[in-house]
Amino acid sequence: MRTSTQVMTRWTHMISYVFLAAGAGIMVLPFLWMISTSFKNLNESMEIPIRWIPNVFRFNNYEQVFVVIPLARFILNTFFVSVTTTTAALIVCTMAAYAFARLNFLGKNVLFYMFLSALMIPQQVTMIPNFLIMKYLGWINTYNALIIPSIFTAFGIFMMRQFFMTVPKELEEAARIDGCSRFRIYWNIMLPLSKPALITLAIFNFLQEWNSFLWPLLVIDNVNLQPIQVGLRTFEGEFGTQWHLLMAGALVAELPIILFYLFCQRYIIAGIATSGIKG
Amino acid sequence: MSRKFWLSETMVAYYFLLPCIIGFLLFTTIPLVSSLVLSFYDWNILSPPKFIGLSNFIRLFTDDDIFITSLKNTVLYVIAVVPFGIGLGLIAAVVLNQQLKGVAFWRAVYFLPVITSTVAISLVWRWIFNPDVGLINVILRGLAVANPPSWIGGVEWALPSIMIVAIWKTIGYNMVIFLAGLQNIPKELYEAASIDGSNRWNSFWHVTVPLLRPTTFFITVIAIINSFQVFGFALIMTEGGPGNATNTLVLYVYQQGFKFFNMGYASAIAWVLFVIILIFTLLQSYINHRREAA
Repeated sequence: MRTSTQVMTRWTHMISYVFLAAGAGIMVLPFLWMISTSFKNLNESMEIPIRWIPNVFRFNNYEQVFVVIPLARFILNTFFVSVTTTTAALIVCTMAAYAFARLNFLGKNVLFYMFLSALMIPQQVTMIPNFLIMKYLGWINTYNALIIPSIFTAFGIFMMRQFFMTVPKELEEAARIDGCSRFRIYWNIMLPLSKPALITLAIFNFLQEWNSFLWPLLVIDNVNLQPIQVGLRTFEGEFGTQWHLLMAGALVAELPIILFYLFCQRYIIAGIATSGIKG
Repeated sequence: MSRKFWLSETMVAYYFLLPCIIGFLLFTTIPLVSSLVLSFYDWNILSPPKFIGLSNFIRLFTDDDIFITSLKNTVLYVIAVVPFGIGLGLIAAVVLNQQLKGVAFWRAVYFLPVITSTVAISLVWRWIFNPDVGLINVILRGLAVANPPSWIGGVEWALPSIMIVAIWKTIGYNMVIFLAGLQNIPKELYEAASIDGSNRWNSFWHVTVPLLRPTTFFITVIAIINSFQVFGFALIMTEGGPGNATNTLVLYVYQQGFKFFNMGYASAIAWVLFVIILIFTLLQSYINHRREAA
């Protein structure tokens, strides 16, 4: 015999599933609509009632998109910039983090608070002078402008410092007695021990780089160097209201990051849940 | 200098810190100060900069309707997106937190919009909001709504359209953080409440909500700060229009700085934004400190 609370629970669960499914529908509907439109021609895309599964799958939309706009080049640019920035950021941030976590030095606190306050400065406040600096250095329309200013993230320093502080000091002391230099300790002991944190930081850096838009928009207008987000904007201007082609382009731009997300989901969710980083 | 000095702990620490110190000086500290300095100048890149004191700021607040509209739009956007994004995220998290099947699946679906790029998804929503053949209005007409809104095409509905997209894109993020917060609430508290005769609704208001307060506070501040920086949706979906119905502070910085090349004026707008964001950031650290001290 079931008690009344069990019946209650079953009902709440049923309602909960309905509710969740409705919400999930709203979450994925735009994606389905994008996919559906991307396989139609212009007339079919405006057909009423909506035909969610097209009669014919027009794969040549995708061909056309790649021919008219250097989409492959855009993706390659983004990939190159994201990987380089992320790698450099990992090295630079972990080095600073190691100093803050393990070394005692003159000016440590002052410097630490200066980095901490850098977290509060939004990109929009510094972007105009940064643009002028890029211009002065002759970096407008170069990969340098996309990569170098984005390497230095205060967030990475703090995250890695927190992690390094949890690594037992004894390991380091034993290595010191054996005559290991600080750099060897950092490189051969601390970094290998920090793999989970490094992976999380790398994923977030990569996501952020992949989706960054405002800064690349300012410093790159050479079509061959545009990252995918800026490229899509160019693309929008080119195709106006040819929705089937725009959706094909949007899908191509989204696909790599969605696949990346599906593979790294565990790290992304855990990373956000513990530190509340913006994805 | 002796070898001992160059290998002292302080020096070694600075070797480790050197790349970051240079990077932050060059791309954060110097630009921050420069943009404040620039905001006191009239400068369009071509002619030499002219010092004009506070004139840029005075003009912003007394003689620039577009700025006032952008500020108003941004504030309205924050007021709509923050509570709805958080409220719906909390509801989703609470629903998901009752030992349902497939939590990982639901979470993945709700989180999908969070990781997608603003540009691509704005294009998709522009198509969805198309007044004539877009998904929403086709559905609304199917439900016998005679005159559905013109969404991003109309002055009244353009800003709400953007708000809808922003809320849609942040629910999953808030949900994940709330879920983590909910899982930290000891089950015994709910059991105790239920023994005391409290129903689910009361438990929610008297156990869940108070214990989630730190999480909620954290999410709220983050959401406010992020929302004040809205740019991509407005640029891609409406270009700030129709009229200036969806112009935002950052979009206006972009227009003044990189369309009209009024670098001084644009810097002044950026600093207004910075001060607003700074107030919320300082509020957060103040309350956090007080909480830690208590």
